[in-house]
Amino acid sequence: MGSAASELPTRRAPLADVAETGLKIVIVGGFGVGKTTLVRSVSEIRPLNTEEVMTQAGVGVDETTGVRAKTTTTVAFDFGRISLNERTVLYLFGAPGQERFWFLWDRLFSGTLGAVVLVDTRRMDDSWYAIDRLEHHGTPFVVAVNRFDDEPVRHSLDEIRQALALGAHVPMVDCDARVRASGKHVLITLVDHLYELALAREATS
Amino acid sequence: MRRPVDTGDPDRLYTVTGGRSRADTTFDLVTLVVSECEPAAGMQSEHVGILELCRHPTAVVEIAAELRLPITVVRILLGDLLAAGKITARHPPTARSAASLPDTALLKEVLHGLRSL
Ligand SMILES: Nc1nc2c(ncn2[C@@H]2O[C@H](COP(=O)(O)OP(=O)(O)O)[C@@H](O)[C@H]2O)c(=O)[nH]1
Ligand SMILES: [Mg+2]
Repeated sequence: MGSAASELPTRRAPLADVAETGLKIVIVGGFGVGKTTLVRSVSEIRPLNTEEVMTQAGVGVDETTGVRAKTTTTVAFDFGRISLNERTVLYLFGAPGQERFWFLWDRLFSGTLGAVVLVDTRRMDDSWYAIDRLEHHGTPFVVAVNRFDDEPVRHSLDEIRQALALGAHVPMVDCDARVRASGKHVLITLVDHLYELALAREATS
Repeated sequence: MRRPVDTGDPDRLYTVTGGRSRADTTFDLVTLVVSECEPAAGMQSEHVGILELCRHPTAVVEIAAELRLPITVVRILLGDLLAAGKITARHPPTARSAASLPDTALLKEVLHGLRSL
């Protein structure tokens, strides 16, 4: 498994011994939309790759041989890390939006602070499904439009909002996933949004 | 160098976990794990690997990436070590249920950390 980069024997800087709180934010988007690039631009570690398997043991036992057949589904994802302070560390996950992945969402990403849907305007259809699933899971999210230089037409954020049938309450932001300041801005946009949601919730409880 | 486990082979995973497939789901991806002892002779190599890695707090997902094992397998191995008192786990505040949304104090801390990046 893993990309060539994850074969490097680079040692990660360990977390502080007082580190106690791990948090997560998930970046969702289709293949090639710039998830790993965004993670890399803000992470304090080279993005690492890992995977989860789903083995359905007992499914399809072969009647003639009695051999247990197992179907195994594997989903790979990568992640980076930002130490927010000595005690709190934020993990950023780059997750492909494909169907089998959502099957594992709860097992991997329950309790996530929120999500960034990364959009490539040349392949906007990929974003539909992710937005639908996030709404289904009740995960708050923002939409970040990763601008590639070879966009045939540069659509405005309003046009993209309409195309994605996004409600006015969902923040949208332009970004260049390669640029650290831009990636940082995307994350702050998300957490600002989460903060507003939490404020409203706390005001009514 | 540890030999990477072929994660594509279910039988190999079966061996690493002693045939178990039910993972301890109290271990979140970002639960920070800390070793409470040094590896001892005769320990399963994956347990040794975890104890070495977790001399400093290490997230479950980082353990999985470093050991090249699927999350499920790492959760099973961590369950063993926890039951034996060889590790402690620092669980995230938001993982317990999907309904426990982060509060403003936590989000303020996150914003502060991100702004000073
Ligand atoms: N021009 C441009 N290229 C980008 C941008 N973000 C990512 N890329 C490139 O697009 C390709 C796919 O990005 P990657 O992060 O691997 O996508 P992923 O599959 O979503 O993880 C890489 O070659 C990146 O260098 C961007 O903002 N602008
Ligand atoms: Mg990628």
